[in-house]
Amino acid sequence: MSITPDNPADLSRRTVLRRAAAVGLLATPAVGLLSACATSGGDEKNEQVADGKKSATNPLGVAEDAPIEVVIFNGGYGEKYATDVHQPLYKKAFPKAEIKHQSTQAVSTVLQPRFASSNPPEFVNNSGEKMMDFGALVADGQLQDLTELWDAPSVDDPNKKVRDTVVPGTVDVGSFNGKPYVLYYVSTVFGIWYSGKLFKDNGWAPAKDWSEFTALLDKIKAKGITPYGYAGANAAYYQWNVILTHAAKIGGTDVLKNIDNLEDGAWQQDAVKQAATAWAEIGAKYVDKSFEGLKHTDVQLRQNQYKLAFYPSGDWLEGEQKKDTPSGFDYQLMPVPSLSASDKLPATALRATAGEGYFVSAKSKNPKGGLEYMRQMLSVAGAKGFTETVKAPTVVTAGSEGFAFPPGVASSQAALKAAGQDVFNIYFDGWYKELDTEVRTATNELMFGRIKADAFVERIQKRADAIKKDSSITKFKR
Amino acid sequence: MRHGKYPFVIGFLFVPVTLYVVFVIAPYAQAFQISMTNWRGFSAPQWVGFDNYRRLFDDDNFWKAVQHHGVLLLALPLITIAIALFFSFMLNVGGKSSGGQRQGVWGSKFYRVVFFFPQVLAVAIIAVLFQMVYRPNESGLINGVLMKLGFDPVLFLIRPNLALWSIIAVLVWQAVGFYVVLFSAGMASIPGEIYEAAEIDGASRVTLFFRVTLPLLWDTLQVAWVYLGIAAFDAFAIVSVLSVDGGGPDGATTVLAMEIYRNAFVYSKYGYASAMGVALFFLTLTFAALTLRLTKRESVEY
Repeated sequence: MSITPDNPADLSRRTVLRRAAAVGLLATPAVGLLSACATSGGDEKNEQVADGKKSATNPLGVAEDAPIEVVIFNGGYGEKYATDVHQPLYKKAFPKAEIKHQSTQAVSTVLQPRFASSNPPEFVNNSGEKMMDFGALVADGQLQDLTELWDAPSVDDPNKKVRDTVVPGTVDVGSFNGKPYVLYYVSTVFGIWYSGKLFKDNGWAPAKDWSEFTALLDKIKAKGITPYGYAGANAAYYQWNVILTHAAKIGGTDVLKNIDNLEDGAWQQDAVKQAATAWAEIGAKYVDKSFEGLKHTDVQLRQNQYKLAFYPSGDWLEGEQKKDTPSGFDYQLMPVPSLSASDKLPATALRATAGEGYFVSAKSKNPKGGLEYMRQMLSVAGAKGFTETVKAPTVVTAGSEGFAFPPGVASSQAALKAAGQDVFNIYFDGWYKELDTEVRTATNELMFGRIKADAFVERIQKRADAIKKDSSITKFKR
Repeated sequence: MRHGKYPFVIGFLFVPVTLYVVFVIAPYAQAFQISMTNWRGFSAPQWVGFDNYRRLFDDDNFWKAVQHHGVLLLALPLITIAIALFFSFMLNVGGKSSGGQRQGVWGSKFYRVVFFFPQVLAVAIIAVLFQMVYRPNESGLINGVLMKLGFDPVLFLIRPNLALWSIIAVLVWQAVGFYVVLFSAGMASIPGEIYEAAEIDGASRVTLFFRVTLPLLWDTLQVAWVYLGIAAFDAFAIVSVLSVDGGGPDGATTVLAMEIYRNAFVYSKYGYASAMGVALFFLTLTFAALTLRLTKRESVEY
């Protein structure tokens, strides 16, 4: 139920492969037999170690000498951060505990049999092409409830709960129907990106409100540069993200909550309509019509060539484009500008979330150890170590202080800080894929001038209603 | 030699029939079974009867796809066969006759190879190729030239009423070569004396084509029509790679296979996707049966 910060091509390839594997079962007549085997041994609970004594340094009551097994997905972030940073931290806190480290690129291949035979490792980084389905794991009772961890005092400040040391929304994004099961560790900020160099050379400044924004777009257009654009062929969700962020600013975060919870008329709320109207106008005046037929790499290329000023995306953009951006390009983030003075949220508000999922197995021998491992990960030392190793910010707010990020991530981190508590997230696309598709299609229709805001909200509402009525789709609430 | 006949026959039949049943019939049957469930790929499927089929009736995208298959069914075979017939006639009998033998137009051997080129390329490569051709900005093959000449770019795959035809053009481009070869083979088997006799009677090239070539090619044409019809029920790879947003804009180019793919692998609605698959199965079957029945006529003896 997360939005993994990755490029969409990767995302779809990953999902396709995962689902293709599932469909492979179609051809296996023995699937019934298999699942019978898988469930037969799974009922008896693994014998768990007794709890240790709770103390100031051991608030979760971990058995101090109990071994713990850690499985890390060896992908884009590697495994060095675990062996060199997090595990030494745990070892330092509990010198008698033995840590068994394992890394893999095919998480489900290695772990599915172990879950089936009721012998799962304590701590898992579930990610990559062969990640296990979080929803299915939750439904099967395999994941440890993380409430205890979030309520425990943090490593660095005993008066502060762990949940207060992380970016707002971190607990929610890993929750299923209100219960936290997954720790998403890497911070992601969404906004509109531009080249600091291009803007400096022309004496332009990022806009805060709508009149500033349109005036700026006019100036850019006069220079012969396409002011704004996104790739319609495969990245329309970058743009719906902007429209909904705008709607949340206009009408408050409840606008998004209603949408995620499939409330009646959620899409027809005034804020959504106003945002759609405003952005349809941007589409009509400032977007190159040919962008609808281009892929995101093509449109990003135009930005790298200084032919396009603004491009909406998340802060993985800078790393993804590292090879292609000219030197001195200087990525900068601008939060979605506010519409008017009557907006419910300030201009600094933005959408941010977390990616890269970690969980503790409920049926492992030492789940308390897993929780403690997470607590160490969420310490300032753990977060700093991670950021220094992989150059990506974590959800721990104090963890990336003083670290010299590349300009784009530095600007998104500054924006996140400026936003304070006005940070929100959107969930419906991960929960209801069909609704995501419909919103993408409708967004292209709106931005490229085939429909107006009224038709935009109406057609999405119709699809949302249909999904709400569909008994075969599992519903989520937040 | 009656001794051991049955074990011999059964031995030879058993393996292929078993393979066929396990790998062809069983998956088909299973698709029917899955189409009656709400299976989402992970936990056990639940039986829902004809629910999925009822849903199909209210599904706009399903009907859009069916409608596009209708257009494809008419346009693809008609255009492809017309062009292929013209080409193969010119290649084989369109030129001067020498020594009583009809010849193709000048350079026909070269053209024959050129026409067959698209057939050699994989469909995915063709789709990527035409992405370049149709690109909506100055880096596109067609629009690059148009924009240099001062015209506005043509938004081939973006304008909803143009997108499907742009895709049909690719399908025709890809298919023509094969049917040129097929029809050429058919024409080669038409005896030269018939042409000779017709020419002595003063028949023009047009008359030759309509009165001699076409009737004698009828069986081949029928085969071509069925093949192209079945191709018109597929078109998945081209649509999937070439169209904007997978069958877009707003479903303007979607086909059933695209919808099946989306429902199964994006929405994890395997039951519903199977129901679409079953619908596609019956549509294809009906089409093949109808074509064979409607085009049935006495073959001309010669």
